[in-house]
Amino acid sequence: MSRRRVFVVAFCAVSLVAAACEREIRPFQTLAVASARTQKPVLSPLFPGGQPLPEPNESPFQQNAYGTAEGKRLFDQFNCTGCHSHGGGGMGPALMDDTWIYGSEPANIFESIVEGRPNGMPAWRNKIADQQVWQLVAYIQSMSGNEPIDVLPSRSDHMRYSTPENARRAQTPVQTHAP
Amino acid sequence: MSDFVHPIERRMAFTLTSEERLRRQLADTWYVPRGIVGWFSVADHKTIGRRYIITAFGFFIFAGILAGLMRIQLAVPNNHFVGPDLYNQIFTVHGTMMMFLFAVPVMEAMGVYLVPLMIGTRNIAFPRLNAFSYYVYLFGGVMLVATMLLNTAPDVGWFSYVPLAGPDYTPGKRADFWAQMITFTEVAALAVSVELVTTIFKTRAPGMSLNRMPLFVWSMLVTAFMVIFAMPTVVLCSTFLLLDRTVGTQFYNPAEGGDALLWQHLFWFFGHPEVYIIFVPALGIVSSIISAFTWRPIFGYPAMVMSLVATGFIGFGLWVHHMFATGLPALGLEYFTAASIVIAIPTGIQIFCWIASLWRGRPRFHTPLLFVLGFFAIFVLGGLSGVTLASVPFDLQVHDSYYVVAHFHYVLLGGAVFPLIGGIYFWFPKMTGRMMDDRLGKVNFWLFFIGFNVTFFPMHILGLEGMPRRIYTYPDSMGWGTLNLVSSLGALLLVLGGVLFVYNVVRSYAWGLVASDNPWGAETLEWATSSPPPVYNFLHIPVVEGRSALWNRSPDASVVTGIRSDVREVLLTDVMDAEPVTVTEYPEPSIWPFLCAVVTSAFFVGSIFTPWALPVAIPPLAVTLIGWFWPKKRDHAREMEEHAGDGTVPPEGRLRALREARA
Amino acid sequence: MIFRFGGDQSAFDPHGPIARSIATHGWWLLLVCIAVYFIVMTAFFIALARRRRETDDLPETSARLTRNVGIAVALTVLILIGIATSSVVAGRGLYSPSGAGAITVDVVGHQWWWDFQYHDITPSDVFTSPNELHIPVGVPVVLKAMSTDVIHSFWVPNLMGKRDLIPGIVTNTWIQADEPGVYRGQCAEFCGHQHAHMALQVVAEPMDKFQQWVRHQREPASEPSTDEEKRGKDVFMQSPCVTCHSIRGTDAGSHVGPELTHVGSRLTLAAGTLPNARGHLAGWIVNSQSIKPGNRMPPNALAPDDLQALLAYVRSLQ
Repeated sequence: MSRRRVFVVAFCAVSLVAAACEREIRPFQTLAVASARTQKPVLSPLFPGGQPLPEPNESPFQQNAYGTAEGKRLFDQFNCTGCHSHGGGGMGPALMDDTWIYGSEPANIFESIVEGRPNGMPAWRNKIADQQVWQLVAYIQSMSGNEPIDVLPSRSDHMRYSTPENARRAQTPVQTHAP
Repeated sequence: MSDFVHPIERRMAFTLTSEERLRRQLADTWYVPRGIVGWFSVADHKTIGRRYIITAFGFFIFAGILAGLMRIQLAVPNNHFVGPDLYNQIFTVHGTMMMFLFAVPVMEAMGVYLVPLMIGTRNIAFPRLNAFSYYVYLFGGVMLVATMLLNTAPDVGWFSYVPLAGPDYTPGKRADFWAQMITFTEVAALAVSVELVTTIFKTRAPGMSLNRMPLFVWSMLVTAFMVIFAMPTVVLCSTFLLLDRTVGTQFYNPAEGGDALLWQHLFWFFGHPEVYIIFVPALGIVSSIISAFTWRPIFGYPAMVMSLVATGFIGFGLWVHHMFATGLPALGLEYFTAASIVIAIPTGIQIFCWIASLWRGRPRFHTPLLFVLGFFAIFVLGGLSGVTLASVPFDLQVHDSYYVVAHFHYVLLGGAVFPLIGGIYFWFPKMTGRMMDDRLGKVNFWLFFIGFNVTFFPMHILGLEGMPRRIYTYPDSMGWGTLNLVSSLGALLLVLGGVLFVYNVVRSYAWGLVASDNPWGAETLEWATSSPPPVYNFLHIPVVEGRSALWNRSPDASVVTGIRSDVREVLLTDVMDAEPVTVTEYPEPSIWPFLCAVVTSAFFVGSIFTPWALPVAIPPLAVTLIGWFWPKKRDHAREMEEHAGDGTVPPEGRLRALREARA
Repeated sequence: MIFRFGGDQSAFDPHGPIARSIATHGWWLLLVCIAVYFIVMTAFFIALARRRRETDDLPETSARLTRNVGIAVALTVLILIGIATSSVVAGRGLYSPSGAGAITVDVVGHQWWWDFQYHDITPSDVFTSPNELHIPVGVPVVLKAMSTDVIHSFWVPNLMGKRDLIPGIVTNTWIQADEPGVYRGQCAEFCGHQHAHMALQVVAEPMDKFQQWVRHQREPASEPSTDEEKRGKDVFMQSPCVTCHSIRGTDAGSHVGPELTHVGSRLTLAAGTLPNARGHLAGWIVNSQSIKPGNRMPPNALAPDDLQALLAYVRSLQ
C-alpha cells in the first residue's frame, strides 16, 4: 500500500475516532467545582474598547450521551417536572420550545439553575453538585432537539409523556428578553 | 495455477487422453476468476469456506486477547488494570465475538468447505449467496471490532438484557451496534444454512442415501435446521431492541404494556439452540476423526444419527433454564428441568458409541485424535456440570456465578473448540496440500489441555464460593484471590498454546510436508480427490456403494457420466435414496454478491443512526440484486441442438479459455 | 486455601433451611457427577489402552458392544431420573415458607444499592434500611422483590438461592436464618457499571434483639448534641446532600438516594463496598467516584472544617 493510501486511511480512522469519542465517553469524575464560577456569561453586548471577554465555561457534557441521559434522570428525580413538566411547562416556562428567556447557551442555563431567576426559579446553588448541574444543562438543551440525533435520549422506561427527544424536531433557540 | 493450460497445448487437445481433456474442460468451466475484481467475485465453496475459517480465527484471537485482559484485571482483588466501563465493554465484546463471530461461523465454514466434498458434488448450492453471506459476516465483524476501538463497543453483556440495554439505561449507540451486529451474523448464518440443507438434500452423489451419509454431514444438516428455526428469533428480539432505542417503540417497557421478560424468552429461545448450533458440528468432527484414526466406521451409526436429530429437537425445549431465577411458576420450571436432563441422554449415547468405537479400533495417536481425546475429558465434565445446572434449587445458587462460567467454557471450549482444532489439524492437508507438524501439534495440545483446565476448573469452586459473574473486581476479604490468580496463570498457558497453533498453521502452510490425497486413510469422499481439491472437486462424480464411501468402494465402482462439463452443470438427486433426478446449472462467479453485501452492510450500519437508511438503501440494493440475478446471455435451444451430448467446448467457452490463458 | 467450606457467600456453608436443603442436594449432585465422570473416563481409558485382539471385528463382538452400550444408556437414564427426582424434592420448599409467623420485607433494587422496606399498618412505623436486612433467627421472612430501574438479583448464598428483581413485576422469595450472624449477599444479575459493588448484609439476630432494632429504626434521627455535630447538620442541610438523602426527623426528605436516618449504626457504606469508618466515609463524601466509579453520587468538594463537622454529624446518626 502506498504511503498516501496509508495516510488517507489513517486520517479517516482518526476522524472517526474523534467523532465517536465525545458521544460515548462516560466521564464519571469531572472536577469542575470552583472553575464553574470563573467564567460566568456576560449580561451585556457592550464591551469597553470593543474587546470581547473570553467565552464562558463550556459544558463538560456537550454532545455526551451519558451526561444527557444522567440529566434526564436527574430532571425527574430532583422534581424539575413539578414546575416544568416534562418540557411542556406549567408553573414554569416550557423548556422544549424555541423560547429562551435568559439565553440558551450552556452557561446561561447553568446560571439559571444555580443562581435562580425572577418569578419563581429557585436558586440551587450548593444544593445540586456542579457535575449534576452540567448534566441537567445537557439534558435541557436536548429537550428542544438541539443535539445530534445519536446523542439525544430516546423513550424512557416510564409511561409515555411526550415524543422521545430524538424524535423532536430541532427548535432553533430565540431569546425573547435581554438577560 | 495448476489449472493453467498453454494455448498451444489446448489446440493439440486431440492428442490428449479423454481424462486429461475432461480435466481441462472442467478447469475451464469452473474457472477461478483472477485479479482484484476476481478475488471479490469468487463463488467457489472451498475459497469462501477458507476465508470464513481464517476470518473466524481472526475474531477468535481478538476475543481471546480480550479474555486475557479480563483475566489480568481479575488476577488480584481490587485491581485497577481496567475500569468498570472498559471492563464491561471487554467482557461483552469477548462473549459476543466468540459466540456470534467465531463459534457459529467457523462451524458453518467447516460445513461450507467439507459438505460438498463429502457428498460428492462440485459446489455448494446457491454459490453466489454463499459469497454474499461471507462478506456480510466480514463487515459485521469489522464493525464490532471498530466499535471496540471507538469507545462505542456494547457494554451490556453478550445477552444484552433489557432494561439495562434499553434506551433509558444505556445511552449512546453502544447497544445499537450490538443489536445490528446480530442482524449481520444472522443473515450470513441463515444464508449458509439454507445452502447446506439444499446441498445435502438435493445434490448428493448417487448411491449416498440418507443412511449412508457421513456423520459430519448429518451433524451439519441438523445444525442448519436449528439455525433456520432459531436465528429468526434473535433477529426479531434484537430488532425490537433497536426499534425501542431509536424509534421509541415500547416492546420492553413495562410501563406501556411491554415486558422485560419478553426479551429473555426471545433471546434464550435462540440462545439455547445457539450453543447446540456450535456444538453439534463438533460432534460430527469427532466422528470423522475417530473413524479415521481407528480405521473403523463409527459404532452404532443409526443411534448416532438419531442422537444428533434428537439433540436438535430437544435443544429447542430448554431455554427457560437460563431464567430459573426470574420467578416463573414452579411447575413450568420443572418441565424445563426435565427437558434439560433428557438432552443428556442422546449426548450420552454418542459418548458411549464413541467409546465403543475406540475400544474396537486401533487408535493411532496423532494430533487430531489427541484433541478428540481432550474433548472427551473436558466435555464430559462440562456436560455433567450442565446436568447439575438443570436442577432448579442448585441452579438458584450457582446461576450467574463463576460455576456457570466454568460450565459453559468446558462445554464450548472442550466440546466445540477442541474438536475444531483437531479438525483443523485433520483437514489441513486436504485444504492446503500440506501436513501440519505433528510434534508441534502434540505440544500445542498439551498446552491447551493443561492451560484450559488450570484456567477453568477453579472457576467451579469460585462459583460455589459465591463469586458472581460479570464483576470487574472483587474485595480482598472474600478469599477469592488465590483461585483467580491460578486461573489467570492458566490463561497464560492458553495464550501460549494459541500462539503455537498459529505458528504451526503458518509454518506448515509454507513448509509443511506435501500431502497425498488421503494421508490419514480416512473413509469419506473428500479424501478421494487431490489435496487441495481442484476447483471442480472431483474429476468424476463417484457412485457411492456403502456407508464408508472409500472403504466400501469396489475396484470396478461406477462414476457418473453424461453431465455436461462445458457449463456448470450439477446432478440433482432424490432426497432419500440419492437416485439421479435431473441436472441444474450453477451460476458463474460474479462481483454482484460482494456489491450487494456492501450496500446491505451500509444499510445496516446507517439504520443504527437514522431510519432514512432504509429508503436510501433500497435503490442501490435493487440495482445490485438485479445485477446478481441477471440471466446469462445464452441461447439454450440452439446450444442443445448444436451440441447434443457430444461434450465438446462450445465456441464461446474456448474463447474465454484463451482469454484466461493470456491474462 | 483452595476450597473453604465455610465463609462468606459460600453455597456450601448453609445457615438456613433453604440453603441447607440446596447444599445437601448439591452435595449429592456433585458426588453422583464425580462418580459418573470417573466411570466414563475409566471406560474411556480402558478402551484406548486395551490390547487389541483378532476377535474385535467379529459380529459377536459388535453384539456384545451393543449390549454394553445399551446397559450404559439404561444406567444413565436411571441416574438422570434420580437427579430429576432429587431436584424436584429439594425444590419443593423453595417457593414459599412452611413455617408460621412470617414477616414481610420489600426488597427494592436500585442501581447500585438495596433498599429494604419494613412496612406496618401504622404509617409512621414504616421505615427503610438501605443495604442491610435484619431478620429474626428461626422466623421465615417473605421478600417481595421489585426494581426501580434494571434487573438485579437478590442472592445471599449462605441462606437462600437467588431471586431476580425485575422492573414491572413483583417477584417473591423467602429467607430464613437458623443461626445468628452477619451474612453477605451480592447482586447476581449484571446491572451496569457498579454491579461488582452492589453487596448487602443480612443480619440475623434473636427475636428480642430484632424487635429492639425495629423499634430503634422507627425512631427519628437523633438530634446533634455537640457544637460540631450541630454545625455538621447545617452543612448537611445547605449542601447537595439534602437534595438526594433523607433523614427522618429533619427537613431532609428526598428519596433519590439511600436514607441516612441511622446510617451511623450500619455495618458498611456504599452497598458493602466500604466498612463504616470515619476515614472511609470522608473519602466517600468527597469523591465517591474514585471508589465506585459511575455510581450516582457526585464528588463534593467541602471546606475541611465543614467536612469534619459533617462527618461528626453523620456518624452521630446511630
